[in-house]
Amino acid sequence: MIRIDGVVLAQAEEPEQIAPALDQELTAELEADLGVAEDDAGMPQLAVGDFAPQLVWLAITFVALYFLMSRVALPRIATVIESRRDRIANDLDTAARLRQETDEVIAAYEQELTEARNKAHRIAAEARDKLNAEFAEERARIEAELAEKTAAAEARIGESRDRALAEIDKVAAGAAADIVESLIGDKPSDKELDAALKSAEGA
Amino acid sequence: MATVDTGAFFDPMYQFEIVRILPLTIGGLDVSFTNASLYMVAIVALVSLFMIQSMRGRALVPGRLQSLAELSYEFIANMVRDNAGSEGMRFFPFIFSLFMFILFANMIGMIPYSYTVTSHIIITFALAITVFLGVTAVGFVKHGLGFLKLFAPSGVPVILLPLIIVIELISYLVRPITLSVRLFANMTAGLVIMKVFAGFVLLLGVGGVLGMVGALVPLLFMVAFTALKVLVAFLQAYVFAILTCIYLNDALHMHH
Repeated sequence: MIRIDGVVLAQAEEPEQIAPALDQELTAELEADLGVAEDDAGMPQLAVGDFAPQLVWLAITFVALYFLMSRVALPRIATVIESRRDRIANDLDTAARLRQETDEVIAAYEQELTEARNKAHRIAAEARDKLNAEFAEERARIEAELAEKTAAAEARIGESRDRALAEIDKVAAGAAADIVESLIGDKPSDKELDAALKSAEGA
Repeated sequence: MATVDTGAFFDPMYQFEIVRILPLTIGGLDVSFTNASLYMVAIVALVSLFMIQSMRGRALVPGRLQSLAELSYEFIANMVRDNAGSEGMRFFPFIFSLFMFILFANMIGMIPYSYTVTSHIIITFALAITVFLGVTAVGFVKHGLGFLKLFAPSGVPVILLPLIIVIELISYLVRPITLSVRLFANMTAGLVIMKVFAGFVLLLGVGGVLGMVGALVPLLFMVAFTALKVLVAFLQAYVFAILTCIYLNDALHMHH
């Protein structure tokens, strides 16, 4: 504080010479505090005279860096990252779409396969039904034919038997008449013969 | 200048010296091109080369450098989005530049014989005060005078309010100081320790066989400390950026 007074007082006389002297005094004091032995090397960070060029160049370089980053570098990186993100999203979309298409194709294939299988089943069933029907018809026809033939044969057999039986009656009557004639010498009449045959049949 | 040469070897503070490569004065303002200016230009050049050159291919499947550039982008973008919301993304280019500037300054400072831009309080303070003023401006533009409610959190008993307001105000105003000193002190302390131990190695190394064996201890420490410094170099850039995001979030959303 006293020194400041000293500066103010001294300013009236020779400020240019006093200020560096004060600076040196301060630096020396600082050096003593920091334990630095040499005269001219204080803490360079506290050399007020070096502040201005550092600030000016900091301003110049930092503003330059800011503009280079904000106008050139960062937008470029943002674009690249963005386009990559888009590309990945796009690829994923395409993959999803292709997968969906594949699923659709698979579904269509499955459906067609099922239809074909059903159709095959139907055709097979139809063929089988048709064959069964033809077979049944044929069998019925053959059976009917057989039945007809059997009936005709039976009729013929019956007829033959009747005729045979009738002839047997006649032969029997004749034989009986001959036997009676030879026994009694008297030929029985047809009327008696018939009655005798009838009673024999009834016995 | 002979004293400076010896200082280059043994004075741990010599590495922070500002050297005017091209003395220049415009309208009484010292705008000399110094070693600090050279390194700042180098930082901008390297960051730009890294971020722009690596993206030249705009490859869908990124190469190594492009992956790194995209990784940096997404790392900061996520940090801003997570901490300051999607509204905060308007300030993403600024926070990205801030992070890259500090990260490259810290990392370049790891190279022996190089200069660390962020080891100067004036640089870190300039960055911090820019953040502080910017964030405060954002708060007032967005909320008007309602932004002052930030200092009077709701649900505090009226009796405690004056005290709370004072505490909140101090904690707010001290932000640029803590933000700048944290970075500056970390970088400076790391570099000084490095230099001091390197000095030990040198001093012990000239003391015969026994000295050479003894020099192994500080040498091994330096190897381990280098690894720690790489971590700190990254971490401090990260901390600066994330605190900026958090301050920005306060200004944008005001939930305390």
